[in-house]
Amino acid sequence: MPEALQAAGHPAVLAHQFDDVEQQRQATTLGMWVFLATEILFFGGLFAAYLVYRTWYPEAFIAASRQLIVWAGTTNTAVLITSSLTMALAVNAAQTGKRRALLSFLLMTMALGCVFLGIKAFEYYAEFLEHHIPGPNFQFDGSEFRHAQLFFSLYFVMTGLHALHMIVGLGVMSVMAWWVHRGVITDAYYGPIEISGLYWHFVDIVWIFLFPLLYLLGRHVHG
Amino acid sequence: MTMANIAALPPRNYLNDGYGIKSWLLTRDHKRIALLYLAAVTFFFFIGGSFAVLIRLELATPPGDLVSDETYNKLFTMHGIMMVWFFLIPSIPATLGNFLVPLMIGARDVAFPKLNLASWYIYILGGLFTLYALVAGGVDTGWTFYTPFSTVSSTTNVIPTALGIFITGFSSILTGLNFIVTIHRMRAPGMTWFRMPLFLWSMYATSMIFVLATPVLAITLSLVAIERLFHFGFFDPAVGGDPVLFQHLFWFYSHPAVYIMVLPSMGVVSELVAAFCRKPVFGYRFVAFASVAIAVIGFLVWGHHMFVAGESVYSALIFSALSFMVAIPSAIKVFNWTATMYKGSISWQTPMLYAIGFIGLFTIGGLTGLFLAAIGLDVHVTDTYFIIAHFHYIMVGGTLMGYLGGLHYWWPKISGRLYNEFLAKLSAGIIFLGFNLTFFPQFILGYLGMPRRYHAYPPEFQMLNVLSSAGASILGIGYLIPMAYLMWSLRYGPAAGSNPWDAVGLEWTTSSPPPTENFQRTPVVTWDAYEYVEQVEDVVA
Repeated sequence: MPEALQAAGHPAVLAHQFDDVEQQRQATTLGMWVFLATEILFFGGLFAAYLVYRTWYPEAFIAASRQLIVWAGTTNTAVLITSSLTMALAVNAAQTGKRRALLSFLLMTMALGCVFLGIKAFEYYAEFLEHHIPGPNFQFDGSEFRHAQLFFSLYFVMTGLHALHMIVGLGVMSVMAWWVHRGVITDAYYGPIEISGLYWHFVDIVWIFLFPLLYLLGRHVHG
Repeated sequence: MTMANIAALPPRNYLNDGYGIKSWLLTRDHKRIALLYLAAVTFFFFIGGSFAVLIRLELATPPGDLVSDETYNKLFTMHGIMMVWFFLIPSIPATLGNFLVPLMIGARDVAFPKLNLASWYIYILGGLFTLYALVAGGVDTGWTFYTPFSTVSSTTNVIPTALGIFITGFSSILTGLNFIVTIHRMRAPGMTWFRMPLFLWSMYATSMIFVLATPVLAITLSLVAIERLFHFGFFDPAVGGDPVLFQHLFWFYSHPAVYIMVLPSMGVVSELVAAFCRKPVFGYRFVAFASVAIAVIGFLVWGHHMFVAGESVYSALIFSALSFMVAIPSAIKVFNWTATMYKGSISWQTPMLYAIGFIGLFTIGGLTGLFLAAIGLDVHVTDTYFIIAHFHYIMVGGTLMGYLGGLHYWWPKISGRLYNEFLAKLSAGIIFLGFNLTFFPQFILGYLGMPRRYHAYPPEFQMLNVLSSAGASILGIGYLIPMAYLMWSLRYGPAAGSNPWDAVGLEWTTSSPPPTENFQRTPVVTWDAYEYVEQVEDVVA
């Protein structure tokens, strides 16, 4: 495309390296998927470590897992799945150009994210009170002291990394809400909402794996 | 600068599109970002190289007389860290790749120019942390950070160094992400996948590894830092952890990282061989898919680093077999380059000298890699100088030769000017000789049983060590000469014209240096890569 023509017909939201809005949208969407592939491997190292140690020390992991507050984890799962619903509705509202609905769904998503983090913080505090934070002050009754500590090390790092991603997600959603408010996002330009949604759903799915692995597996095995 | 030279360069190009410091530090032009990377990786190359100088000086005599054992540990650690993460990994992708990917596909820029600039800043930030660790006293764990030494025992700056590498990893990830999206979505009309230069296939394969392997290193180093800082247990046997798990996670990244280093170089060599034999690369699709195959199989061989660390017989057998398999696509490439040269009109210009050097040295490095994939032999030479020699043949003989070859080939495009061909050929020869003199004796040393990472050794090894140190000093001179004449050419070199090698490829159809937007108008591609056929027929006629 000759430079002059391009300058004339180039929408403001279209970066100079792209020919049209559709190419830009496809590129940013693919970019987010590639980033999520990176994220899967980022969490993947932790999941691999978890699977190895869980296979080696099942009794210790079950015993330690019973110490977690299962109602809090269950509530949080429901909260996160609901936030994915509101996120999906936000993307739909963006695609259909319903600006007010988009803004309220984004705010609901953020509110649910905050509820999740609040419950998580409560859980961390409870574990802290029971001396379940690994390190010199770690306490655990029973013969599985060492390997229970391993479980809690993994628990805190896996859920901690997940919570960090939630916080980043809340930041992203705040920017999105601001952009909607300022009119940057229009019914012709809503790619950022879509890719933020991809990210949010990804963080949700990570929890869908974390919850059964950490809270549920083997919990009801009697022995 | 003479008036004639100014007149000969295109009046409007990316180098004179703004002169201030801000026009460089805030640029989003992939070509300028490539030059920012070029300056930075060169800086780290010479830092890493200075540690190599001290190592070879120490090893010139059998007793540990130049530096203490602690200092020596820090020297080889910092040499490895600087060279691996701050030179070899970003070298070709972030400089030549950044410069060439958009040019070769006929795009105005990469898909995400701001992210591209951000990746450079992330790289610099990671570099600053690592430099801080260096001036604060260095780190002595080896570049591999093996636990429990790195988490429990070492008293040196493990955390700042690990943080530096962690941060730098994200610049790799962003570069890889950018290239994948750029190659998928930004190709000019008619530029189909199988019309792409093979350099782009290797960049694509490299980017896959960037994106999928680097995060595993990031999380592994985070676990090391958390274990060290907060005494959480992951790898420490005292809390039930397993140090070998660290090795698995570390090599899940670091073995594919070897292919991050060598795949781009292979891509460069494909370009050079075609251009200087004036023939299409033999078996284009085989070479293209070999890049992808190396990237994929390369993810499945990491266990060969743990043959002696405690691994079941069966997994060792499988990792051994997979390690043999990764040699197949590598060998396909070597055969295809050789077949390309066969009956080609070969011209012996500097880039071609590097390409031929690469093919020979990479073959030696690759074949000795097969020795190491064989379990029985590997047990014998594990942690000896044989390993050191093997991976330097791949990383220096392979990656660095390809990097220098590519730099010489595209220098006229990057700078718009020609360098002194005589000095360039001379230094290519010096580097080839110096390299072999440095590292070939190390194969013998290792086979005789000299272990790596010791600052003293028995007197019977001195002869070979002196040869190696002598070679290193020749190699060092070989690296300084290109620095001098390339800098010289920036100011005094004659203007190159848009296509000094008479090569094909979109990057040669635009002016040298290219304008900021790369092409006057978006090219429409109706030809395959390496259409040198007509010229060959002309010669025959």
